Amino acid sequence: MIYIQLFFTFLKIGLFNFGGGYAMISFLQNEVVYKQAWLSTVEFTDIVAISQVTPGPVGINLATYTGYTASGNIWGASIATIAVCLPSFILLILAGKYLFATREKYGTAWRVLRLVVIGLIASAALALCNGENFTDYKSILLCVGAFLAVWKFKQGPITVLLASTVLGLLLY
Amino acid sequence: MLPLMERELVGPYMSKDDFLDVTAVAQSAPGIMAINVAILTGYRLKGVWGALLATCGAAVPSFVIILLIALFFRKFAENPIVRRVFMGVRPAVVALIMVPVFNLAQSARVNFKTVWVSILVALAVWLLGISPVYVVLLAVCGGILLGKKERAK
Repeated sequence: MIYIQLFFTFLKIGLFNFGGGYAMISFLQNEVVYKQAWLSTVEFTDIVAISQVTPGPVGINLATYTGYTASGNIWGASIATIAVCLPSFILLILAGKYLFATREKYGTAWRVLRLVVIGLIASAALALCNGENFTDYKSILLCVGAFLAVWKFKQGPITVLLASTVLGLLLY
Repeated sequence: MLPLMERELVGPYMSKDDFLDVTAVAQSAPGIMAINVAILTGYRLKGVWGALLATCGAAVPSFVIILLIALFFRKFAENPIVRRVFMGVRPAVVALIMVPVFNLAQSARVNFKTVWVSILVALAVWLLGISPVYVVLLAVCGGILLGKKERAK
């Protein structure tokens, strides 16, 4: 049953993702692209792009879109979205104050977690570096250009993605 | 999304200190930051129902917009212009995901003594396909043990 699988997959992501929207990409890749093979890498890359330029929390955008694409209907989208919010909903209402206290009490664990999140985001980027996303030398140049635009020249993701749509039309 | 939330919430619903408190607790939980802020704000003001309604309010607009886009994209994915556009977008997306790696490494003051943790995680998940779930579990357990050892010294 795709709905039950979607529910538990997104529940797991909602419970274990401590790294925000970018780290969630790595969880989704592992569960949705690698393990369940609901989406191809290219489909998934497009979803990440659209989630970045759509208003609202990136995590919600990702959950809704992957749920929809995996199931092909609104029910899958709803189940994925609800499931990804459920763990933090329960945790925060029952133990919000206690969770916050863990930051002092288990400072080392939180610091290790930060290092892990960096690795997870890096793995997400690496997993998207394949022959389908990078078709020729032009795509490599585009990637380097986009990286410099955001990293060095402090452009926003929406500006960079919109510019890349124009470049896509001009170059291909 | 957070600056927007701050502008809407601070004043009519809570003080600036309350908001900072809410964001700090929201960051201590897993899941989606903006949703966590909504949960906590709703809960503070009106209990569990407040939390539920605030969460729906924060999620529903994106949900609807994404569904509309997904419907549209499914129809036009094969369109030659859309295909060319996305050939440009895909490499840029990869770049967008690489930037936070470096930004976070800087703000976490990663050095030669700690960077191997991030590198090992990246390789394990990317090349070996190990689930991030296990990596996070291991990190939490390892971190707690390490903390105990540090305090014992």
